[in-house]
Amino acid sequence: MIRVELPAHLRTLARTGGMEVQLDIAGPVTVRSIIDALEARYPMLSGTVRDQVTGQRRAFVRFFVCAEDWSHESVDVPLPEAIATGREPFMIVGAIAGGADRLS
Amino acid sequence: MSQVRVLAGTRKGAFVLTSDGKRQKWDVSGPHFAGWEMYHIKGSPADPNRIYASQSSGWFGQQIQRSDDGGKTWAPVGNKFAYDGVPGTHQWYDGTAHPWEFKRVWHLEPSLTDPDTVYAGIEDAAIFRTTDAGATWSELPGLRGHGSGPHWQPGAGGMCLHTIILDPSDPDRIYIAISAAGAFRTDDGGATWKPINKGLYSKYIPDPTAEVGHCVHHVAMHPDRPGVLFMQKHWHVMRSDNAGDSWEKVSGNLPTDFGFVIDVHAHEPETVYVVPIKSDSEHYPLDGQLRVYRSRTGGNEWEPLTKGLPQENCYVNVLRDAMAVDKLDDCGVYFGTTGGQVYASANAGDTWEPIVRDLPAVLSVEVQTLQ
Repeated sequence: MIRVELPAHLRTLARTGGMEVQLDIAGPVTVRSIIDALEARYPMLSGTVRDQVTGQRRAFVRFFVCAEDWSHESVDVPLPEAIATGREPFMIVGAIAGGADRLS
Repeated sequence: MSQVRVLAGTRKGAFVLTSDGKRQKWDVSGPHFAGWEMYHIKGSPADPNRIYASQSSGWFGQQIQRSDDGGKTWAPVGNKFAYDGVPGTHQWYDGTAHPWEFKRVWHLEPSLTDPDTVYAGIEDAAIFRTTDAGATWSELPGLRGHGSGPHWQPGAGGMCLHTIILDPSDPDRIYIAISAAGAFRTDDGGATWKPINKGLYSKYIPDPTAEVGHCVHHVAMHPDRPGVLFMQKHWHVMRSDNAGDSWEKVSGNLPTDFGFVIDVHAHEPETVYVVPIKSDSEHYPLDGQLRVYRSRTGGNEWEPLTKGLPQENCYVNVLRDAMAVDKLDDCGVYFGTTGGQVYASANAGDTWEPIVRDLPAVLSVEVQTLQ
């Protein structure tokens, strides 16, 4: 059982009801397999963490793993055992910088 | 008894304002989608309880929300906007080629007859359509595939397709406008498009009378006169009497003809409203006075409407999709500001009052007249 911590806007969007969601993943636990499982369970989160066309992580989204920024690691690298066993949550975080854009 | 429902999109959520036909007392619900940018919210003319909303975030991208009960409850629907084929490039601000990239949905235009069909105007500029109530979206590639596409470039607000007008007399005719490419029209249901910018003059582009490249801010049409269009361009208020084949300037006695919004009275096709803004470098009203200007002659002759609007120290902007009219008699006129006010007039603009005044910056205003 994998624990995934979501930012507030995505918890609201998916109506998860709590800070974390729990996912079951068969096979290697990687960033890709976690997001695949997350989007399968919550289809409305498709496109919010990674682009639906390119599959790339959105620019102002970060992945934290055991107190390390995992954002720039390959999405297919197996994650630490603490994540795979659910001892630590996989954290999806909205970056402090960014977000605003042109409006006028 | 008639009812009016105002749908206000703001930088930090959506608000639904309702009143009876007197339009004196308003109930405010919201924020819906708190914290998200709500670029546009619009109801279906064929089913007023069906409402579509564009929800976006610089962090988490685009969502489309749909309500089937008049805005009481909402559910996310499809949010995948994939360009048809290989997207290619358009011009960037510095003139270099830049790949087409989806950023957000600026405008949602529900079909006049089918609640499940909606057109979406997006940034980077393209038009999409759903025919399954938002579950899936497909591009109408003939627009972006028009030969001029590689020469389009973004305006200051991004390269957005912000205006979609459906012709009630001809289901195959659609008008759209793009900043900063200009206005386009299809006469075959979206398969092919042609630029309709003859008569526009934009001194800030290399060829001021070019076929494309004009920064059109908004276009409005009266449904009884679908061949007559009114345009607020970056500078200049324009009019066409031949479905956009040619345009003439009708700025007339306006104190400045820069601005974003333009709309037409619900029952008087020659009565037009604009909100003049000081200049392209100073996006606020002239002299700190918020004034709607009304022409009852289809342009050229304009009168300032000031009663109930702040006439000193007002430096808000009114963005391009933030004005709408209701269909009651007298016609109600509504607009929202970047200062968070939504102003309403229940008498075609003679007097105004804020129906809510401390929202986040207002990005869009639409109105539904309910029987």
